[in-house]
Amino acid sequence: MLYREAGQFKTNYVADQAIFPIRQDRIGMAIVLLFAWVIIPAFGTDYFLEIIMINFLFFSLAAIGLNILTGYTGLISLGTGGFMAVGAVASYKLAVIFPDLNIILVFLLSGLIAAAVGIVFGLPSLRIKGFYLAVATLAAQFFLDWLFLRFDWFTNSSTAIEGVPKTLFGFLVTGPDASPFAKYYVALGFVTVFALIAKNLVRSAIGRAWMAIRDMDIAAEIIGIRPLPTKLLAFAISAFYSGVAGSLMLFLFYDSAEPDLFDINLSFKVLFMVIIGGLGSILGSFMGAAFIVMIPILLTLAPDLLGLPISSDLAKHLEFMIFGALIIFFLIVEPNGLARLWQITKEKLRLWPFPY
Amino acid sequence: MDGTAFEFFSIASGFLGGLFVDPFIAFVDRPDKLIQIVSQGLSAGIMYSLVALGFVVIFKASGVFNFAQGIMVVFAGLTVVSLIEIGVPAIFAILLAIVVMGAMAVAIERVVLRPLVNQPGIILFMATIGLAFFLEGFGQTIFGADPKPVPIDALGIPDDKFRVLGDFFRKPVRIYQLDLTALIAGGLMVAAIILFLNRTKIGRALRAVADDNQAALSVGIPLPFIWVVVWTLSGLVAIFAGVMWGAQSQAGFSLAVIALKALPVLILGGFTSVPGAILGGIIIGVTEKLAEFYWRGVLGDGVEQWIGYVIALIILLFRPQGLFGEKIIERV
Amino acid sequence: MTVKRFTLAAAVAAVAGTTALGGFLTTAHAEDGIYVPLLTYRTGAFADSGTPIANGMSDYFALLNKRDGGINGVKLVVEECETGYKTDVGVECYERTKTKGAVVYNPYSTGITNAIIPKTNGDKIPVLSMGYGLTPAADGNVFPWVFNLPTTYWSQASVFVKYVGDQEGGLDKLKGKTIGLIHLDHPYGKEPIPTLEALAETHGFDFVTYPVPPKTMQDQRSTWEKIDSDEPDWLFMWGWGAMNPTAVKGAVDVDFPMDRFIGVWWSGNESDVRDAGKKATGYLAGDFHGVGDGWPVFDALREHVIGKDGSQTPESMVGETLYNRGLFNAVVVGEAIRTAMGKYGDRPITGEEMRWGLENIVLDKARLDALGLAGFTNPINVTCADHEGSHPVYLKKWDGDKWEKSTDWIEPMKDVVRPLIEEEAAKIAAERGLATNACSS
Repeated sequence: MLYREAGQFKTNYVADQAIFPIRQDRIGMAIVLLFAWVIIPAFGTDYFLEIIMINFLFFSLAAIGLNILTGYTGLISLGTGGFMAVGAVASYKLAVIFPDLNIILVFLLSGLIAAAVGIVFGLPSLRIKGFYLAVATLAAQFFLDWLFLRFDWFTNSSTAIEGVPKTLFGFLVTGPDASPFAKYYVALGFVTVFALIAKNLVRSAIGRAWMAIRDMDIAAEIIGIRPLPTKLLAFAISAFYSGVAGSLMLFLFYDSAEPDLFDINLSFKVLFMVIIGGLGSILGSFMGAAFIVMIPILLTLAPDLLGLPISSDLAKHLEFMIFGALIIFFLIVEPNGLARLWQITKEKLRLWPFPY
Repeated sequence: MDGTAFEFFSIASGFLGGLFVDPFIAFVDRPDKLIQIVSQGLSAGIMYSLVALGFVVIFKASGVFNFAQGIMVVFAGLTVVSLIEIGVPAIFAILLAIVVMGAMAVAIERVVLRPLVNQPGIILFMATIGLAFFLEGFGQTIFGADPKPVPIDALGIPDDKFRVLGDFFRKPVRIYQLDLTALIAGGLMVAAIILFLNRTKIGRALRAVADDNQAALSVGIPLPFIWVVVWTLSGLVAIFAGVMWGAQSQAGFSLAVIALKALPVLILGGFTSVPGAILGGIIIGVTEKLAEFYWRGVLGDGVEQWIGYVIALIILLFRPQGLFGEKIIERV
Repeated sequence: MTVKRFTLAAAVAAVAGTTALGGFLTTAHAEDGIYVPLLTYRTGAFADSGTPIANGMSDYFALLNKRDGGINGVKLVVEECETGYKTDVGVECYERTKTKGAVVYNPYSTGITNAIIPKTNGDKIPVLSMGYGLTPAADGNVFPWVFNLPTTYWSQASVFVKYVGDQEGGLDKLKGKTIGLIHLDHPYGKEPIPTLEALAETHGFDFVTYPVPPKTMQDQRSTWEKIDSDEPDWLFMWGWGAMNPTAVKGAVDVDFPMDRFIGVWWSGNESDVRDAGKKATGYLAGDFHGVGDGWPVFDALREHVIGKDGSQTPESMVGETLYNRGLFNAVVVGEAIRTAMGKYGDRPITGEEMRWGLENIVLDKARLDALGLAGFTNPINVTCADHEGSHPVYLKKWDGDKWEKSTDWIEPMKDVVRPLIEEEAAKIAAERGLATNACSS
């Protein structure tokens, strides 16, 4: 009843091709943005902003990046953690070498550096497919891990790379002394802009080329899509998103991190987000990130809240078990992810309260 | 020639020398070391092969890239060790572990694989990562998080070393009895698996499923049963790998990452080839150890973490399906 | 479709639930008492080392509560937060517990320590990283909130060199010798390298490193082949978790002389060598506190805590190196709280008061005797500028089934270590824009 598009007529192509052609979606989006930009920062505690929201935001960005590669172009990658490491290390180096560089530029440039690295490691994708490619991208992960650990130049010979304090419009936005409030807005700004860009990319000719490659690369080649540039572009853009996410992670969350935090487990975490959220869906990337970020925290807090007297190690073991079981459960219930569940719900809402 | 050019030249020649000359001088200079490193590479290669074998058996029959293989190795190893710890004789401990792995295979087939039948590979892959999480939590609950020493005496694994060729070289070459045991027992096990696949009825059914599971189904081969068989088989390999890996250090959950070392073996040998897993393991093992030892001067320490992937990738550029993989034919 | 609808509802509820929880519930203050959060790791790859530490700490706090009713009548509220040695989880634990009035953090992980240190200036909660973490943090002028008493990696590295010099017949005899370092290829393992490089230059010995990647620390065959072919005269080890027993076995495998193999205090737990047993006889390790259960405090622990409800300690763990380290850590925390109470009164203290307590802590002989820990450690005397407090380290020797004290307390080369600490601290301060005069203001 509420969610019904009857009566909303499109009179030109522009209106027909809008991102949100249905009025209710536009209202919904406006409410989400209002929440994100006004209500959450107004009422959230520091813990909520810093641990839950900022984590959720940069992971969403990384998930969008991987979704472009895996969901839209069909190339499975296990190198996300490595590309995030490139972004983090690059932003640290840039911020230290050029102290006057605007923080926004630092993030964008480190994204570009990550993109360049992504192109290099994307080269095998032309010859190799499927799981062979997935394992080959692990090479990127392990090589980058090793590189940042072995050569002191990347970390300026110290034990950790740091989120250097930087200001934006006169506010301190990064580093340990910045308020969670400011950090949250930086993350939110990046995610809002880049989610919009990603959404438009996948609706454009480029996005259609990616999907054609995904669905059948030989057929795509025959209809005139050049596989090498298309695949490499997907790798570059995906690595760009991961790189920016990595630098946000360092500057807004860790403040001081060892490069080996960006390890293979991080790659898996992001891949989980993409799969649980839904392959080939920008909305799904957000849902997956929310799920994977929040479930462990909820599971950690659960025994306390329910008053269960179990020891902290048993709780952790149970958390692992429940997390693993939940993943399997979600894959069984809806292999296409949370985004698909949301779509089904919308279909039902259209008919509600009088389904056939 | 001015200073900078000379400096550049000397660095470059040092680098190239380190890459192409020095290692070979070292080969000749200390042949005992070369033999030592190659033998070590062989034994490492066998270990990689064993883990890779577990992957291959499952992938061949069900198309599942089983990421939980590493944790299964740990789980199996810990089952044996814990049983011996509470006083079960070694032979029964191993038999019981086989039963446990079999039961696990049945459970996995029922709970994970059956509901996910016909899903794309990546979904099944993700499900096995979920499985890995579950098993890690479950295993730590049962066995505790502490690594346990493998009771090699109880298992009858010799732990000494032979010193050979001492008369010829400055230092004798050490051959570890543990490695020999792994080599012999591993070889027997691979032979048994190959016999099983080629000579028994179940083995033939298994290969039929690997070829075309629709056709196999239509001639009356029960797919769920075959899946249970392959998971049990890979559990069996896991028991062996777990005990042998554990004997080298300790049986504990941090061993699970070692499974990642088997992945380049897989892309090199092909996901579906048993001989590929064996040969690929040996190639990766030997080159990795050689590179780590002889090329550390120019590449730095720790090259063995990724050199396997590079070797595999180079070979893949020429043979995208791996050394023994089936030729990929694509139609539009 | 009902399952799917249920699933979606559950997922939405879970996310909404967490949101609500995170947003509103975590501000709840701990009940009356001094809130001491413990970042433990009884799970994960390093659980082997994390469990005895966690047990040692929580047992001693339980003893204080059960026997004395807390400290000066104020109960301790101890809460464990399980990190699994993962830095992101550790940061989450820190943020969640800090609002409940935490007085001090003991992260027991270099990664978590590094991540927390920058936050301490703003949060005003001290970090006690006992024998680990960031060595330059011993400079209290730059890191007023970080305490790495009683001694640091760099002090220890210089003690090892001193010991080696002693064995060779004088530090001048080191010229031309080779000292190797097998270390976890991780910021923690790389900690002693600057000191050893500096000492190599002054004393003219060759210094070679053998990094062990953390991912494959249980497969060290190539590393030991390198050591076997280089034949260093002495070998130091900076290892942790499963790296240690594997390395000791590796040394046995290549017949490395055990009495020339010295481990950091984190490579000196019983479980690290027990596996190699008799074959590891002669292996040395540094330490800064006693090993075994020969102190009255252990009788009290057995009477009040161990084996009772709430303690997870098996009898066999009591007196092990890492258990004692956890215990010692808890003693320092308890004494710092007591010191702070002496100035601020017997009430739940704050993080800032705790910092004063740690800076003025007195653990001299009389106090150690009173605690039932006579001779357990070298007396500690922290100052505002020097957060190491004590400095000496002693070496212990594995005799085949237990540790034996092998040397007396050895003073580190302070003249080498302290300038290095100040130099590195100044470098970090410049990079992060930190003040360098916390003690003079």
